[in-house]
Amino acid sequence: MSHNSDFVTVTVARQLFGIPVLTVQDILGPQRITRIPLAPPEVAGALNLRGRIVTAIDVRSRLRLPPRKPGDEGMAVVVEHDQELYSLLIDSVGDVLSLPDSAFERNPATMDPVWREVSVGIYRLKDELMMVLDVDRLLTIDRAMAA
Amino acid sequence: MDDLLSEFLTETAESLAVLDVELIRLEQTPDDPDLLSSIFRLVHTIKGTCGFLGLPRLEAVAHASENVLGKIRDGAIAVTPVAISTILESLDQIKWILAELEANETEPDGDDSALIERLNAIAEGNAVEEQAPVTAAAGPAEPAAPAVADEEAVVALAVEETDEADAAEVEDEAPVAVQAAAAADAPQRQARADGHPEVKESAVANQTIRVSVDLLENLMTLVSELVLTRNQLLQMVRNQTDSEFNVPLQRLSHVTSELQENVMKTRMQPIGNAWAKLPRIVRDLAVELGKKIELEMIGADTELDRQVLELIKDPLTHMVRNSADHGLETPDVRLAAGKRETGTIVLRAFHEGGHIIIEISDDGRGLDLARIRQKVIANGLATEAELDAMTDQQIQQFIFKPGFSTAQAVTSVSGRGVGMDVVRTNIEKIGGTIELQSVPGRGSRFTIKIPLTLAIVSALIVEAGGEKFAMPQLSVVELVRVSANSEHRIETLNSAPVLRLRNRILPLISLRDLLRLKSANDDEPPAEVAKGDAAAPGNGTALLHGSSEHFIVVTKVGTYDFGIVVDRVFDTEEIVVKPVAPILRHISMFSGNTILGDGSVIMILDPNGIASATGEITPEAAAETTARVRERGSDDTVAMLVFKAGDDTPKAVPLALIARLEEIPADKIEWSSGRPMVQYRGKLMPIVTISDDYRIRTEGTQAVLVFSDEDHTMGLAVDVIVDIVEDRMNIELSAERPGYVGSAVIAGKATDVIDAGYFLAKAFEDWFTAAHRLDEARGRGRHLLLVDDSPFFRNMLTPLLSAAGYTVTSVESAKEALALCEQGAMFDVIVSDIEMPGMNGLEFAEVVRETPQWRETPIVALSSHTNQRDIERAKTVGFNDYVAKTDREGLLLTLSETVTAMRGAA
Repeated sequence: MSHNSDFVTVTVARQLFGIPVLTVQDILGPQRITRIPLAPPEVAGALNLRGRIVTAIDVRSRLRLPPRKPGDEGMAVVVEHDQELYSLLIDSVGDVLSLPDSAFERNPATMDPVWREVSVGIYRLKDELMMVLDVDRLLTIDRAMAA
Repeated sequence: MDDLLSEFLTETAESLAVLDVELIRLEQTPDDPDLLSSIFRLVHTIKGTCGFLGLPRLEAVAHASENVLGKIRDGAIAVTPVAISTILESLDQIKWILAELEANETEPDGDDSALIERLNAIAEGNAVEEQAPVTAAAGPAEPAAPAVADEEAVVALAVEETDEADAAEVEDEAPVAVQAAAAADAPQRQARADGHPEVKESAVANQTIRVSVDLLENLMTLVSELVLTRNQLLQMVRNQTDSEFNVPLQRLSHVTSELQENVMKTRMQPIGNAWAKLPRIVRDLAVELGKKIELEMIGADTELDRQVLELIKDPLTHMVRNSADHGLETPDVRLAAGKRETGTIVLRAFHEGGHIIIEISDDGRGLDLARIRQKVIANGLATEAELDAMTDQQIQQFIFKPGFSTAQAVTSVSGRGVGMDVVRTNIEKIGGTIELQSVPGRGSRFTIKIPLTLAIVSALIVEAGGEKFAMPQLSVVELVRVSANSEHRIETLNSAPVLRLRNRILPLISLRDLLRLKSANDDEPPAEVAKGDAAAPGNGTALLHGSSEHFIVVTKVGTYDFGIVVDRVFDTEEIVVKPVAPILRHISMFSGNTILGDGSVIMILDPNGIASATGEITPEAAAETTARVRERGSDDTVAMLVFKAGDDTPKAVPLALIARLEEIPADKIEWSSGRPMVQYRGKLMPIVTISDDYRIRTEGTQAVLVFSDEDHTMGLAVDVIVDIVEDRMNIELSAERPGYVGSAVIAGKATDVIDAGYFLAKAFEDWFTAAHRLDEARGRGRHLLLVDDSPFFRNMLTPLLSAAGYTVTSVESAKEALALCEQGAMFDVIVSDIEMPGMNGLEFAEVVRETPQWRETPIVALSSHTNQRDIERAKTVGFNDYVAKTDREGLLLTLSETVTAMRGAA
């Protein structure tokens, strides 16, 4: 008997990622972000989401990817972690997919260690692979690494 | 009404309401032990409080009820409707008495013996049913008839809700009781119609309700949000002059402010709550330590936020303990010192601005500086030499250092490792400051300044590197604007930027550098700027690059003052401090973040964090740095003669330059070719004036400062000699005014420091070409290199040496001097200061002795320290001679001898 899981798909540097739908609070377009000096490089800044201060995490930076081209504003997915809101800056948001567990596979051994750290596993889609983001791990930013 | 009484009324009314409900539950579940003990406890409390307040009638009734409940609890008697009814009745009697109490502030006259008797009978466990009819019968028979009617009414009222069930139950066991209840029913309605509402509801009790602190906190948060949203709206409308929203928005703004104020009030508690335990603590301490101590508390009703109150409770207790333990002396010591036997500790609280000030003072012995010094050295917090350079005030600050405690032995009272450092940390944590004043033998005073509330703070919005930041107003002392041509300029001391502000030198920190922000004017990525900064760390010129105008936020953290350089300053805003996300908590520069009126997120700067980030120093260490900077910026202590001449501005001249002070009778002053002179010790002494339009007195006496230069003496006519001041001097140099070295603050007044050399030269150039003769006698065009980091001395000595015939080249560091050497400059003699930043005079002399060019050049050391050891040291490293800085005569003589000796040798 197969069981399905739902994901919001996002794209970062043309790679498809899935974020468990229940962790997603909001999808945002480009926002005004206040930079935070001395913060780890993964922290893009802070923004105001309806009166709550949300910390913005640049997923590209977190995944050691090159920054977006200037002018490409990207989008953001707001998730909650330890009762704090975080806005994950990504390139674009796709659909909500309901995927059968049978299509799930563990991380391949050859995967980049940084990616493997934040990946729960891989879903085989029809014409591409979707990496499931571990939001908790993604938001665990090693201070030593950052510094 | 008495606070105690009104509190009692409120509390008892609450307890009674609970009791009503619980008793009825008890009737239904008679064997619930928890319920029983809860009821028992409540009644017991009421009884106890009545006894305490001296309310015998209430106490008697409550006691009888408690008795019954006690028996029930012990299982001696069963829970019967009659017992419950009787207890309820007694509660109603209590309520009625309370109502009377509230109205008249005394217990009503009357007698409850019948009721008490019945309660006692129940407690005895007999005659329950026989006694039952009394409920109805005895009631009206009570002496206080109308009161009883009320009482009856309330009986019924209390039962009202459960009327049906109750009545039914009662019916089974005691038919008579039903009658009683029914009988009571009629007067109940009557009583209501009669209108005795005060029996049912306590007016006092209803004026206050108890609300959980969480709810209040929640409310506060919501109001804070509302304030923010209001600010946003205001910001939006501010840009539109005639918006239809203006009027309603103003109203909204007004209401929000009031709401905020009122919600804040709900969180306010008198500081007396935090003091409540202190008298007892002080009493116990007095007994334990064998001291006589009086604790005076002033302003106990000053209110502050309960969150703040909680946080300062322990520090306050600790400080009072300290005062009692360390501060106050034992009675015999006090008497011996001529003080009152009883020592006093005064706690004083009052509001000032948006802050509350709490002072803890004692009239004890004051801080023992000698012991502090010992401890500081023993604990390795500073060396003896460092301590010598500090002021008493700075040494006192050590008590706030971690691991410092002046108690010699660990007593049960204080000195348990929790010291003043913890107190200070706690106070600074809530944005407060603590200051200390202590006079030996007179006592100490701690002054704590804390914000009224933590939730909303006033903040100054500043900008640096294109980013805005909020700076808590509490730590901002003042704002200074600096630009290329403003009164204040950024200067550098050994590449550390400083600001000269009044008579202080303020260390500066660039916010842009500190936060590694990009420059305001270029769009370079921050990384490259960081690289540039690394090449010239903290450089004053780097600080100034880009924009020519800066603002300096003068900030105070504890006793440490420093300036934060920012690009722009906006207005102040009320902000709500919100904690930053956990992944950012490690950045000590920020205390939180918030949303501004325009909806943007802004980081709130933490002055404490910034202070400790400046060169990895704690505020104490920073204070030392400030002191060092101050020392370097000014000079060693110099004795100055302060006088007035011409105008009202005090003028000063180094005392060492003056030979004598004379009062010359006006008629002795002669004039020769239009110039004043006087016969003085067998010679003619020219008299110079401070300015050309200065009028020499024609009658009485003329005060004259006599400057003597071997055979030549000169007099400077002055109006009056004011004082001789020995002080550390910080002289503002002014190159433009001939005759003046500059100005300085002496004894608290702006004072012009005159250039004695100028007047000397003026007297002798004008006088028989004395200057030429001096050349013959002295330097005669000899080339002299003066190395001194102090601009004051450079400016003081250069004219003097020039007047003595030397051609003077002056440099401010050994490095510059050596650069001249590299360039091949040759001098006949070098005069060098010993204490200089970077390479000191001793090292300089050693290097000079190594160079081929200057190996033979004589060097004369110039220093403020003239002990034999120093002189020996100077001689060993290659100095030819050693002269005290202020010994001008000695310097000229030595130079002359040295040069002559060289000439002879050559």
